[in-house]
Amino acid sequence: MTNVAVHLEAQQPSLHAHVHDVPASGATHAKGQQHPIKLYLVVWGWLFVLSACSYLVDYFHFQGYLRWSLILLFMVLKAGLIVAVFMHMAWERLALSYAILLPPVLVLVFVAIMVFESDYTHLIRVSFFAPAT
Amino acid sequence: MAETVLTNPGESPAQTAGLRGIADDWSSDQRAFKNVSWGKAMMWIFLLSDTFIFSCFLLSYMTARMSTTVPWPNPSEVFALEIAGHHIPLILIAIMTFVLISSSGTMAMAVNFGYRRDRVKTAVLMLVTAALGATFVGMQAFEWTKLIMEGVRPWENPWGAAQFGSSFFMITGFHGTHVTFGVIFLIAIARKVWRGDFDVERRGFFTSRKGHYEIVEIMGLYWHFVDLVWVFIFAFFYLW
Repeated sequence: MTNVAVHLEAQQPSLHAHVHDVPASGATHAKGQQHPIKLYLVVWGWLFVLSACSYLVDYFHFQGYLRWSLILLFMVLKAGLIVAVFMHMAWERLALSYAILLPPVLVLVFVAIMVFESDYTHLIRVSFFAPAT
Repeated sequence: MAETVLTNPGESPAQTAGLRGIADDWSSDQRAFKNVSWGKAMMWIFLLSDTFIFSCFLLSYMTARMSTTVPWPNPSEVFALEIAGHHIPLILIAIMTFVLISSSGTMAMAVNFGYRRDRVKTAVLMLVTAALGATFVGMQAFEWTKLIMEGVRPWENPWGAAQFGSSFFMITGFHGTHVTFGVIFLIAIARKVWRGDFDVERRGFFTSRKGHYEIVEIMGLYWHFVDLVWVFIFAFFYLW
């Protein structure tokens, strides 16, 4: 997620050009997020393509590491597009982006802890609670 | 004091690039988020807390699935449907995904037309978003009914590990509740847009603060978040 946001941040000069072409009528609130409709339609299209791809992963019965890496790849790309463009994170100041995007990344530490924990639980279950044969 | 009740922040100071800029903003007096109104900042912080809630659900699901010695039911088969005599795996979930992504697209465009002060297009797009959201909840109700009829319970199911049912009902139930509340708020705000509340800055009956089109963007943040959570649920629960 963070990577995509930062990547888009790098292109900011070109994207920033849209922020200021606000219709003159909106003088009082001209500061809001303004981007061309086409940008949203392109992102929308990509989200459809990526969703179709992740469905096809299941449809073609990919298994093992290929399946898991493809699922994660499409998931991260979709999440990145939604956060960066639809939620306008690509155009926010870094102080906000980092405050919001960094803490969820730290959840990965929790994931690691629970992976060890569940491996241990599984081991205990196999050793002591396996059905008698 | 006047500074603290501003809804739309005034001119924000120039931004320094990179980490130095973050340190400048956070160590500056009074406000860390320079060009973001309190409403938008609070929605982001709420969404951050909600992220942790859904993270905990998905983590407990991961822990249950990794630590069980009984095989996990194959979601591809559990959520398959017979359509016109064809057995299609996971098709209902795929359709639900496309419906929710479409609703995110219409919401993004509603936000855009809101800032252009096109009140009719904004309201219509928001109502389309709400309709797609309601469709999603309806399909989820169908899915729950089908699974319950097949004997899935939080404590047992016919196909394998007992934790499948509790994880499924907990995660999709909580997400469905989020979608339902989103639909209710979408309709409430679409009504305000339609009535022109944000053009005349009419005060809200509860907060008595002036209405602005920014509320459409804040509503949009919540809606996109619901879509975002579904991306993760789709990947981890249905595809994995």
